[in-house]
Amino acid sequence: MTSTTEVKEATGRRAAATWRRVAKLTLVAAFWVAVWQVIAWAVGRDFILASPVDVALRLGELVREWDFWTTVGLSLFRIALGFVLAALVGSLLAALSGAYRVVDALVSPLVSAIRSIPVVSFIILVLLWADASLLATITSFLIVLPIVYGNVYEGIRQRSPTMLEFAVVFRVPWRRRILAIDAPAILPYFVAACRTGVGLAWKSGVAAEVIGVVDGSIGEKLYRAKVFLESADLFAWTIVIVVLSMACEAAVLRALRRAPGGVA
Amino acid sequence: MSGVVGADARPIRLRKVTRRYGDLVVLDRFDLELDEGRVTAVMGANGSGKTTIARLVLGLDAPDGGTVDGVDGRSLAAIFQENRLCEHLSAADNVRLVLDHADRDSVVRHLRGAGLPGDALDRPVRTLSGGQRRRVAIVRALAGDADLVVMDEPFSGIDTRSKARLIDYVRGRLEGRTALLITHDSKEARRFGARVVKLGRVTKPGRTA
Repeated sequence: MTSTTEVKEATGRRAAATWRRVAKLTLVAAFWVAVWQVIAWAVGRDFILASPVDVALRLGELVREWDFWTTVGLSLFRIALGFVLAALVGSLLAALSGAYRVVDALVSPLVSAIRSIPVVSFIILVLLWADASLLATITSFLIVLPIVYGNVYEGIRQRSPTMLEFAVVFRVPWRRRILAIDAPAILPYFVAACRTGVGLAWKSGVAAEVIGVVDGSIGEKLYRAKVFLESADLFAWTIVIVVLSMACEAAVLRALRRAPGGVA
Repeated sequence: MSGVVGADARPIRLRKVTRRYGDLVVLDRFDLELDEGRVTAVMGANGSGKTTIARLVLGLDAPDGGTVDGVDGRSLAAIFQENRLCEHLSAADNVRLVLDHADRDSVVRHLRGAGLPGDALDRPVRTLSGGQRRRVAIVRALAGDADLVVMDEPFSGIDTRSKARLIDYVRGRLEGRTALLITHDSKEARRFGARVVKLGRVTKPGRTA
């Protein structure tokens, strides 16, 4: 049995470790911001490289504008939708491929082809075939789908054969089997796919918005920053994308920790 | 779970069963009939095919020749050589996983009856000791009312002092049920009053070949 003192000591140790980690990250960030500032001084031209101070001030202005929040909300919704659909469809296809050889024979080559096609080809095709408002969703969907499919399929193949035998002998109902045996085995692979997929969904989704100059999107803001040589805007929106991507990854991993056997 | 099968159930019988792994012939035209409602023990040296027999009876392996009859339609339970537990689930949840209508109290009663301490019931089984994990695997197979129970070295990893109590629990649960016991230990077979089959020949109940 652990005493109250031991619990308090363990909590204290964890808090100290968290503070050490935060302090280390802050120092590293401060170092690189300082390097950025020195280079900005050396370059001496705002439109080529804005200083961190200029970027921070611009970001401060942006967050006070209503337009900033609608832009962020719209891009977030479109890219997150593409990611979620890819996670669902990729997992479903992987499960069907794992269960039926004919599905595997049909789907695996298609997914391999999707994986090999350059992002820009997708973007141009979607621009030809669909409304620009769907561009970020379809592009992020097509980029994330092969990652989720490949990982979940591998997770299915790596399930313990001895545990599957146990389920057969005891005739464990399929719902219980999925929760107790399949999901915990596949989850680490799914988590790895999500970690990679969230970042790629943002990269490809915003790239699609830039190329398609999608109205009211983050990509459009980046495009305008390029056209008008507004380096501070470019950096500010880039920081926003990084923060959104990290926040999405954290939210997805947090949700997966609650899944059966969750160890994300 | 269907409960103990009636007298009209076909006997479980391996007839002229042959099983090969590559060039290695593990069983060669092997015959075995399990006694209905009691324990049949199979003994033999390492590599003599004891586990292969268990796998054939459970339907996890198919014979290269001969037939395995009488298993279809029966509900099965097994204590495998390895525990095969869901590591992230608690002891109680591992047992409930295989039971259709199990209230927590009855599962706890079974686990305590097999000698699992109270503080081990709700912890993930990955945090339990080897002996505690073995107990969970045993209770999982016996808490229900499967028609046929296959036990492959069920008491491996259990210390001698705890073994007697655990055997009492298992004997109580097997009463009136058909079971196959794979073991090295002739004393174990005797404790179950089992008909002992040494691979290749049958002896009288309670005696080892």
